[in-house]
Amino acid sequence: MSDDIASLRRILQRCRTIAVVGLSAEWHRPSFFAAKYMQQHGYRVIPVNPRYEQILGERCFARLEDIDTPVDMVDVFRKPADVLPIARSAVAIGARCLWQQLGVMNLEADALARNAGLDSVMDRCVKIEHARLFGGLHWAGVNTGVISARRPT
Amino acid sequence: MADRTFQPETLAIHAGQIPDAATGARALPIYQTTSFVFDSAEHAAALFNLQTFGNIYSRLSNPTVAALEERAAALEGGRAAVASASGMAAEAMALMTLLQSGDHVVAAGALYGGTVTMLAVNLKKFGIEVSFVDARDPTAFAAAMRPNTRAVFAESLGNPSLVVLDIAAVAAVAHAHGVPLIIDNTVPSPFLCNPLALGADIVVHSATKYLAGHGTTLGGVVVESGKFPWDNGKFPGMTEPSPGYHGVKFYETFGDFGFTMRCRLENLRVYGAALQPTAAWQILQGVETLPLRMERHCRNALAVAEFLRAHPKVSWVNYPGLADHPQHALMQRQMRGASGLLAFGVKGGLAPGVKFIESAQFMSHLVNIGDTRTLISHPASTTHRQLDDAQQLAAGVLPDMIRMSVGLEHIDDILWDIDQALAA
Repeated sequence: MSDDIASLRRILQRCRTIAVVGLSAEWHRPSFFAAKYMQQHGYRVIPVNPRYEQILGERCFARLEDIDTPVDMVDVFRKPADVLPIARSAVAIGARCLWQQLGVMNLEADALARNAGLDSVMDRCVKIEHARLFGGLHWAGVNTGVISARRPT
Repeated sequence: MADRTFQPETLAIHAGQIPDAATGARALPIYQTTSFVFDSAEHAAALFNLQTFGNIYSRLSNPTVAALEERAAALEGGRAAVASASGMAAEAMALMTLLQSGDHVVAAGALYGGTVTMLAVNLKKFGIEVSFVDARDPTAFAAAMRPNTRAVFAESLGNPSLVVLDIAAVAAVAHAHGVPLIIDNTVPSPFLCNPLALGADIVVHSATKYLAGHGTTLGGVVVESGKFPWDNGKFPGMTEPSPGYHGVKFYETFGDFGFTMRCRLENLRVYGAALQPTAAWQILQGVETLPLRMERHCRNALAVAEFLRAHPKVSWVNYPGLADHPQHALMQRQMRGASGLLAFGVKGGLAPGVKFIESAQFMSHLVNIGDTRTLISHPASTTHRQLDDAQQLAAGVLPDMIRMSVGLEHIDDILWDIDQALAA
């Protein structure tokens, strides 16, 4: 699992297309918050959820394997027990990172992803980490852990 | 590679403030503005819906205030923090966010007088009940717990009782009942003691005191550990849709800084005790030198305590830094030093004590603590005057007690002023 500032920065800089598994179309759900935020910060969000046709203006796919464009990150909003097959699919479609959301920690899926050469993040929110490392979360009084004498870019 | 864990001396200077993105300014700019423009109507909606982080209005958040908030969180080893207009506002924000009518609090008896009043009088008006217990006895906390208890509240080092709380033991009591331990850590400051590392869940500070250190500026801060399991069934306000902020579920949405966000959006936004940007900036000027100052406060206070104990006109001295203090070992276990606060009595009781206070040359007779200046006061007639005799005793306030906040003047001069005032 990657959890340090340098790795998380690298992952968030390189992964520009994010398939969000379990994305809800309900505006007050955490997955919707996170996906909308990432979209507003220049990421392409691809919803994965058999219940919807379209979310956030993007076509929604039933399964990762159905997506017709290269995916950098698979971001998982599902309960831990559901993650292992999603990790297998992430490897199968050539994703570079498996990201398990806050409260989601499937160690088997983590190991599977890492063994296949993917970056793996667990129990972290993609939105919160982006805001922590690229500005925003600091304004909410959160301890970002960032100590630096460089002007942020 | 794991991230480096920086020491408090480094955090006190750097945490929460990198060069300004817009100008490159190295020192912290003062963003003295009430409001912040939106990029578009959609951006405004996303900000209000909390879908993106940003500044809207300085009652909710402000970039200068945020630097103090993040620095306090970093120094306490916490996840997040929110600042307030004073230390009392910080305590009120933490308690009022957490509690509702019908809830019960177990609190240490040895507390600052204003806090006792808030708990015993003001919160009672809203249907919140409080049991005060002996802060030296963790089993007393356990005995006072009720099914509707929702918080345990205590000071890490009591003001002015100087009772040292066994934080780990009291945290275990609170957690066994599924409720958070809130610690007022004002007297040690985050440099001398980190209650969150010992098991506390929320820390509050009067930043007016040692954090600022210069006696010029009021401020407060609430820090959360990020480790309390708010979904244990006892805190629906953290897990159910908030009627105060269009249905947001704070714990689910913000995870380990959900309590801080709830403080900001359900309390600061509504009750409005926000810290001014200029005040945050002034407090941060002091925070940068906190570790240096605390080392000297501790050293001077120990020298004063030893001097007083040997003085023929002094009847008793209370300073946990003294090796024979009954709580010295506990203090050493959970603090880097015993801070700059001590209490003593002058032989003959109150009258010679008052004479001492009125005879000081540069020691100031006032009711603040944690200033560069040495400060003296008589708690029974000032800070704890609103309490009755039993409450005063429970708060550790004896009738002849003189409280001293030992400053940063040269120790020889401080001892000289004490000696000449005792001789007067």
